Amino acid sequence: MTGLASPPLSRAANVPGPAAGATPGTPQGPPRPRRAALLPTAALVLGAVYCLLPVAWVLVAATKSGADLFSTFTFLPGDGFSDNLGDLGAYRDGIYWRWMGNSLFYAGLGAVLSTAVSALAGYGLAVYRFRGREAFFNVMLAGVLMPPVVLAIPQYLLMAQADMTDTYASVLLPLILSPYGVYLGRVYAEAAVPMELVEAGRMDGAGEWRIFLRIAAPMMSPGLVTIFLFQFVAIWNNFLLPFIMLGDDEKFPMTVGLFTLLKQGAGQPALYTLVITGALLAVLPLIALFLLIQRFWSLDLLSGAVKS
Amino acid sequence: MTQPPRGVRRSYGVKAAPYALPSPTTTLKRARSAPYFFILPAAVLFALFFALPIGYAIRLSFHKIEIKGLGLGKGARSEVWAGLENYTSALTDSELGAGALRVLGYGAVVVPVMLGLALFFALLLDTERVRARSFSRLAIFLPYAVPGVIAALLWGFLYLPDVSPFFYVLDALGLPQPDLMDGTPLYLAMANIAVWGGTGFNMIVIYTALRSLPAEVYEAAKLDGCSEFQIALRVKIPMVAPSLVLTFFFSIIATLQVFNEPTTLRPLTNGIPTTWSPLMKVYNDAFTGGNIHAASATAVVLALATFVLSFALLRLSTRRTTQGATR
Repeated sequence: MTGLASPPLSRAANVPGPAAGATPGTPQGPPRPRRAALLPTAALVLGAVYCLLPVAWVLVAATKSGADLFSTFTFLPGDGFSDNLGDLGAYRDGIYWRWMGNSLFYAGLGAVLSTAVSALAGYGLAVYRFRGREAFFNVMLAGVLMPPVVLAIPQYLLMAQADMTDTYASVLLPLILSPYGVYLGRVYAEAAVPMELVEAGRMDGAGEWRIFLRIAAPMMSPGLVTIFLFQFVAIWNNFLLPFIMLGDDEKFPMTVGLFTLLKQGAGQPALYTLVITGALLAVLPLIALFLLIQRFWSLDLLSGAVKS
Repeated sequence: MTQPPRGVRRSYGVKAAPYALPSPTTTLKRARSAPYFFILPAAVLFALFFALPIGYAIRLSFHKIEIKGLGLGKGARSEVWAGLENYTSALTDSELGAGALRVLGYGAVVVPVMLGLALFFALLLDTERVRARSFSRLAIFLPYAVPGVIAALLWGFLYLPDVSPFFYVLDALGLPQPDLMDGTPLYLAMANIAVWGGTGFNMIVIYTALRSLPAEVYEAAKLDGCSEFQIALRVKIPMVAPSLVLTFFFSIIATLQVFNEPTTLRPLTNGIPTTWSPLMKVYNDAFTGGNIHAASATAVVLALATFVLSFALLRLSTRRTTQGATR
């Protein structure tokens, strides 16, 4: 019975358009069913082209030699990609790859720690009723409003007093707590962890910590993946904090590294090809990450949507 | 791991009532301290990296450096109470005022265009018989994964006449070529970067809200003979108003804090002063000028202005939507 009923059902759920368009009674129903809506599709594709344009440009520009960059038509590919790649790798003994590694380190470790902190706090806020709960949550949310520069300057000065500026920790530590992450953690915990299960765990004599680790955390995992991604992107894209905290370019993440390269490039256009190739390589990992995970993770989760 | 043997487990159900009797009190006791352990890491990090720096910035803003004599030797430079001095000079600073106006003008372009496009694309994605849906959704979302610095860098190159395809097209058509890196076009060029980077994320937020609406609402409107366009305008937009307010709120905050994009574009043009946006001025005062006290006062003023402006706009928009929508 299920074998008969489920295929049409799932198809209807996936593609509501054609099925509903063919319903008798709608104005454009029987005469031309299942035709694509041309104008909306065109507008949507136009938007997609606009969003892909700079990425397509950098893809082509990275294949050009320094001379071709300014002389040939923009979207005409050159044959200098491997040379550019070699130049970039050779630039100051391969410091670019070091920036890339640093970015992976900051974003990877930072996102893992951030997810753990958000999961704990979100779970605590969702499951328990305790004094100061709402106050804590509201104060934390108000943190979203703080302009990063406003925070970064005193953060820098305090780090300087602790003699910690220009260290990996000075970039990593301030980024672990994300108010939005805590907010998402709470939303996901409220939606995914039924109180009855927590109670049942208590009846069975499990400790609160054990209940969280064994029961709640696995149920929250789609949400936790989302927090991880959100924080990974946020730290990967961060510019201001490392820009302020770091002086030694061996510790730079890629954003700050490329910026310094661009700044030097203003004097030496020969560096432009390095900047462009570097920008392409900097964009690819995140795009690849999103393309990879979209099979088992939904973009919608990012906005705190918890309905499946 | 430490599961009881089968026999014991089977008797569990029967024994449940007496076994569970003492547990409410223990649960209560544990539950009283447990939540604080869960929020402890977040609370400690918040205290160290949010509350403490904010407090420190406020303290700095009320102090200044006093230099005795020639300012040489030990004790010649000392921190003294400044009262509201830093604040009055921040509020009367013409550069800051000009920067604030620039950013407000920039925001007045970015926020409506970005959210308008986000809503438009979300509605298109939610329209029947639309093709290339998942491709477009992913493509429009893609700029979210591009760091602001790199987005500014890519667009910066696309604005350079020698490299840009736009200028190639304009040239071929014999049209005048604007200088995108100066004057008013610079605003639009900068706004375009923000719109490009932010539309996708907001589109996802709005689209998620659209998809969670019950289908019956559309069916009813369709039976009444509403076109897709009318449904979008009269049914969908009012019903996703809460998520529009949310995206509006976050967009305003993000826009007022613009820093990365103008900073990145600076090496490519002379049209962007170091004080283009108020936050750039704060950075400049603190790290280039070395006056951390004045910078702190400006920073506090900006934080307060952000709070006031965003809450005022939030108030206004929620009032509007509660009047317009069903709830």
